[in-house]
This record gives sequence, C-alpha cells and structure tokens, in this order.
Amino acid sequence: MSIAADSLAIITIIGAGAVTLIARAAFIVMPADTLVPGWLTRALKFVGAAVLPALILPDVMFRELASGEFVNVYRIAAAVIAGVVAWRTRSIFTTLAAGMVALWLLKWWGGI
Amino acid sequence: MQSRRDAYLQGAKDALPAVIGLIPFGLIVGAASTAAGMDPWLAMAMSIILYAGASQLAAIGLMLHSAPMLIVLATVLVVNLRFVMYSAAMAPLFRHLSPSRRWFLSYGLTDHVCALVNARFTTAGSHRNVDAYYLGCAVPAWLMWNVMVAIGIVAGTKVPKAWSVDFAIPLVFLALVFPALTSRAHWVTALVAAIAAYYTAAMPMKLGLIAAAVAGVVVGSWLDARDAERHAESA
Repeated sequence: MSIAADSLAIITIIGAGAVTLIARAAFIVMPADTLVPGWLTRALKFVGAAVLPALILPDVMFRELASGEFVNVYRIAAAVIAGVVAWRTRSIFTTLAAGMVALWLLKWWGGI
Repeated sequence: MQSRRDAYLQGAKDALPAVIGLIPFGLIVGAASTAAGMDPWLAMAMSIILYAGASQLAAIGLMLHSAPMLIVLATVLVVNLRFVMYSAAMAPLFRHLSPSRRWFLSYGLTDHVCALVNARFTTAGSHRNVDAYYLGCAVPAWLMWNVMVAIGIVAGTKVPKAWSVDFAIPLVFLALVFPALTSRAHWVTALVAAIAAYYTAAMPMKLGLIAAAVAGVVVGSWLDARDAERHAESA
C-alpha cells in the first residue's frame, strides 16, 4: 500500500492545511468586538486536555504488540515513568529522554 | 527587551529546549511518510503546508488506508482544535498588528510558542516587540521541524525498528498534557478522554480519536458550567 501523489492527495493536503491555518488564525484575525458564543469558549478550554490523552493512549498501549499480547506492558511502564517526569519537570526534552531510556532498559531487561 | 533584535534572540533562547525536542518528532514524521510509500516531495509539501506534527501523522495513517477526504479533514481539525484555544490566548497581544501580519504569525503558532509567549506577555502589560519575541520562538522551530522531516524522509526506514523511536511521539504529548491540566475539570476531561480512547481504539479510520476528544470536551464543559452556576448561586 502507498499514498499516490495524485490530485486527490494534493487536494486533501491543501484542504488539511487550510483547516489548520483557519484554526490557528481564528481568534488572531477576528475583529476585537466579535461575539463568541459562551459554549464555544467553554468547550475550547478543554480541547487540549481531551485531545492529548486521546492521542497518547493508543500509541502507548496498542503498538508493537507481540502475538497474543493484548496491551504493551513495556510501553505502559515506560509511559508511567515518563509521565511522572513530565509532571515534575514540565520539560519536553527530559520527558523524552526518560521515556526512551526507560523503554530501552525495560525491553533489554525483558529480553526483547 | 529594548530592541526588536533583543526580543527575537530572547525568544530563540527560551525556545531552545522545545526546538531540540522537535528533533525525534520531525524525524519520525518524515520516516512515517516514507514508510507509507508517500512521494518525497508530496511529504515535504505536506509538512510545510500543515506544519502540525500530530495531525500530519494522523493524516498519513488515514491517507494510507484510503480514508474518505472528509474523514481526513475532520481528524486534522480535531487534532488541531487546540490551536483555536492558543489563537484566543494570542489575539489580545496582536491587536496593534496589521491583518496580513496576523495571518503570517498565525501560521507559526504551535504548542510551545503559545506557552512561551503567554509566560512573558500579559494582556494588561506592554505588547512592545511581542511579534519579534514570537518569531524568535517560532522561526527556529519551523526550520528545525522541516529540516528534520526532510532528513526523516530521506533516511526513511533505515532506523532499526527495535529502537522504537515512534514511542517519542506519545512522550512529546505527555510533556504537553500536564501544563494543560489546570483544574479539576481539566483532569476529569483528560481521564474521560483516555478511557474513551481505550474503548474506541478499535474503531475504523481513527474515529476513536474524534469520539474520545468529543467525550472529554463534553464532560469538561458540563463540569465547568455546573461549577460556574454554583458560584453564581453562592455569590
């Protein structure tokens, strides 16, 4: 399977770019006196808190599964360690280092 | 920050750790597009046009499985909806700038740019050279991102699978999630979204991502509205 560089792919990418730019520019280019509905401002406050865990969870639990494995225990353990580091340090770089080293050590210890 | 140059350099200095954090993320996105059999120029164009890693990955995965265009666009929108929130945070700081400059600055808006600019400028305080500081955060990140994606495209699948470098992606999001959890309602939102993501992971075309995000936002908004009502009653 592959992604062909056809007109559909090009239109999709341009459309996705437009959607993304509109999301970024939404409030920045709006005139100062524009009224934004209350439910929308309320919902937007929670977008980051909802989207990030929804992105994290499948990548941690369900990737690189050995046959017969239901969840990836090595990745879950490494993510818990990295989560504590992220919570304490708020640093992307330290979190990355801690999580990757933890995963490599766990896999080495587990003989994978 | 007296001069525009000082403001720019201060931004670049503050953004350095986040810019270094982009290295593995960019490489992975580049390698993922090669692994998906994507034309290298198309992959590079995608990186420059979207300039949003998480949504690039999601879009590559969906396009590889020939998902309908509307599903791709909806997923990209949901993954990037947090930019609308960042946009709202930046808007009061950019009121004095021309519309074309505001569109230009919008393109470079990312998680770390918003966090850094927010930490240094307040709505009530001075907005002098805010755009220079913003560009100091955003331009090195943009360059680093696209160079790393390019290297990832070329290096492609040469990185051994055993290194599990794709694990860097959830780790980057993990580092971003805690600063977003500013109240009890936000913690509940994250928990609901995580549980929903677990139960919807098997849904086709990554629809589980949209479902989990919507579930989290609905619960968070409901809690927030309820708390606001209680405050109004007790006041």
